[in-house]
Amino acid sequence: MRTRVMALFVPMLLVAAGGTACGGSDSGGSGGGSEATLTVYAASSLTSTFEAIGKKFESDHDGVRVEFNFGGSSDLVSQIQQGAPADVFASADTANMDKLTADDLQAEDPEDFASNTLEIATPPDNPAGIASFADLAKPDVKVVVCAPEVPCGAATVKTEAATGVTLSPVSEEQSVTDVLGKVTSGEADAGLVYVTDVTTAGDAVTGVPFPESDQVVNTYPIVALEAAKQPDLAQEFVDLVLGDAGQTVLADAGFGKP
Amino acid sequence: MANARTLGLPRWVYAPAVVGAAFVLLPLVAIFANVDWAEFTTLISSDASKDAFLLSLRTSSISTGLCVLFGVPMALVLARRDFPGLGVLRSLVLLPLVLPPVVGGLALLYTFGRRGLLGSTLETFGIEIAFSTIAVVMAQTFVALPFMVVSLEGALRTAGQRYEVVAASLGAGPTTVFRRITLPLVLPGLISGAVLAFARALGEFGATITFAGSLQGRTRTLPLEIYLQRETDPDAAVALALVLVIVAVLVIGLARQSSSAL
Repeated sequence: MRTRVMALFVPMLLVAAGGTACGGSDSGGSGGGSEATLTVYAASSLTSTFEAIGKKFESDHDGVRVEFNFGGSSDLVSQIQQGAPADVFASADTANMDKLTADDLQAEDPEDFASNTLEIATPPDNPAGIASFADLAKPDVKVVVCAPEVPCGAATVKTEAATGVTLSPVSEEQSVTDVLGKVTSGEADAGLVYVTDVTTAGDAVTGVPFPESDQVVNTYPIVALEAAKQPDLAQEFVDLVLGDAGQTVLADAGFGKP
Repeated sequence: MANARTLGLPRWVYAPAVVGAAFVLLPLVAIFANVDWAEFTTLISSDASKDAFLLSLRTSSISTGLCVLFGVPMALVLARRDFPGLGVLRSLVLLPLVLPPVVGGLALLYTFGRRGLLGSTLETFGIEIAFSTIAVVMAQTFVALPFMVVSLEGALRTAGQRYEVVAASLGAGPTTVFRRITLPLVLPGLISGAVLAFARALGEFGATITFAGSLQGRTRTLPLEIYLQRETDPDAAVALALVLVIVAVLVIGLARQSSSAL
């Protein structure tokens, strides 16, 4: 009985030990070969654009790999404040970047690289017939927005103030992706998302722009971090985003000028 | 002569046991340490916090009631009947235990959502489930039911059917047997199952946010409120987290007391 238990136990231990050893040497790129890894923390609304910019960066710099961590801006700031190994940080609004600079975690002053405005998204057939922002306040319309605590929600609140229309949403979601999800699944008649989300969603939603959206603009800043393990590469990535190549990618996705 | 009380545990058991306990307890200690005690009462008495707390208690209680209502019959059938496919049925019924809660929420959405399997039929009758408190209860019941069933089924199997057989041979009908023999016999298992189900329902997050949405007072339960508060007010999030921990400890403590008193 004991030999049988040991016969199972010992190989399991060896596999576990071997697995962790393998994992360790793979991720420790800077020690071994010539490959360097640049870690970029960016807001989730930047996923497709930054992945494209990252590929361009990798082709411009031999032996460099760009690793992304996309998430809610405030989540990313918390992680960086707790010591997460990021080289670059791009936020979906200035409020979260200010949290970072308040702790002096930046290498230089943050710079604005893009802006985003809100747009109404409806299911492809627009069942509730939404044509303007005021239509969202009609009694039968199920509208879903971002919670005020997140950047897109703060923009929604400002838009309500600018238009004088108060919304009664059926749900205040945690992120703009969740709002989009409720619209594409048909649960909501309409949702307030970013212009870039409507572009990315393509045929899954119908976008209904509204004139007052220009009055509320979310500005996206980017900065290289003080504790970056790759400070030179970090600054080069920031420059790429701010330069012509990066700006073209962002503009194509629907982002506005900073 | 060794008896159960003097029989020692092998010494090597203590080290992993202590490490495991520390692993679970240290994060709780960390929460305690991070609470802003000066602002604690203000943070937990805001309108949003009170709404979330009361909503959580209400929905979890209803969900636990539903788990008892449906879980007891399910456990009885699984423990006491035998038919082809029983094993498969048991695995499927216990699926919510291993399913990621968000996947559970998606599944509920595809069933009861506007365009779902049953949802479109329900909508023609004017019953709208999405974005309502009912959706919260459904999500919680979905994830908590397996806890009830597993707990009770184990108790039923252990208890065996000796006493029921005797009672039946003395002339008691099935309902009487159930009411006066089976139920009192497995009451500790039922209570611990209900406690587990309540605790699971109280902490339910993924299925709720996916299926029911998040609106103060209607669908934003305490876990959802904590998740939202940590975006702007981490102190409020930690304070509310502590409230949740205290409620959980109280519920589990009370249940232990009542089940051991039997």
